[in-house]
Amino acid sequence: MESRIEKRMELKAPVSRVWRALTDYREFGEWFRVKLDGPFVPGQVSRGQITYPGYEHVKWEALVQKMEPERLFSFTWPHPKSLGEDDDPQDYSQEPTTLVEFRLEKTANGTLLVLTESGFDQLPADRRLEAFRRNDGGWTEQMKNIETHVKQTP
Amino acid sequence: MSSKHRSQIAVRGQPRSPVFAALGDETRLALVAKLCAGQRRSIAQLTKGSNLSRQAITKHLRILQSVGIVRCVRTGRESRFEFNPQPMEGIREYLDFVSQQWDFALSRLRSFVED
Repeated sequence: MESRIEKRMELKAPVSRVWRALTDYREFGEWFRVKLDGPFVPGQVSRGQITYPGYEHVKWEALVQKMEPERLFSFTWPHPKSLGEDDDPQDYSQEPTTLVEFRLEKTANGTLLVLTESGFDQLPADRRLEAFRRNDGGWTEQMKNIETHVKQTP
Repeated sequence: MSSKHRSQIAVRGQPRSPVFAALGDETRLALVAKLCAGQRRSIAQLTKGSNLSRQAITKHLRILQSVGIVRCVRTGRESRFEFNPQPMEGIREYLDFVSQQWDFALSRLRSFVED
């Protein structure tokens, strides 16, 4: 049973470009859809607000782990119980976390990006998909919108 | 979310983390792999071919039973064990969900750096 996620993709951009998109907090915010308060610093908590349509009320919080230039960027982040708008304010410091790692490697045509997210075995029982489904299929709908957008504007 | 709603969710769901913990052991993974084939098996059959005692296998089966991945079915005087995929589907569903979110985020990253 695999309790981690791994994604590999080759990007037609130099490693330095991808590194900047990952670790410059403004650039990260652009594609991840989050407005971050300030730069990523290893050992420090990064805070911000999700800008993803319909989820603007959701806080972003992550603890930056490693920043090895053009090689490895990692952070841990919480998996809150739900992302509902009427939720009680959540204390993320009490939430269990998973580890997200972005690894970069130079290839002939650009950059190989390997993303892993691990530590799902640390999550308690109530991190359920149902929590995300409540919202009239909000997430699913939003993701479809994004997919369409990405396809239309390559 | 109201506390009522939240407790409903907690009750509805099959606990995820204990399932991972139960599978985090080679012997138990091997037992699950054997039972995944679909046939019910006795303790004797499950012990055969492993280096472990019947008692040890029984102990591992109890752990798998406690998280619901394995069920014990009594036929006459004999207990047979079978695989129950349901708790694992709960985990897979959540991992699939997070995985899909990454797919979307990474395609946004792609268009962002390749432009």
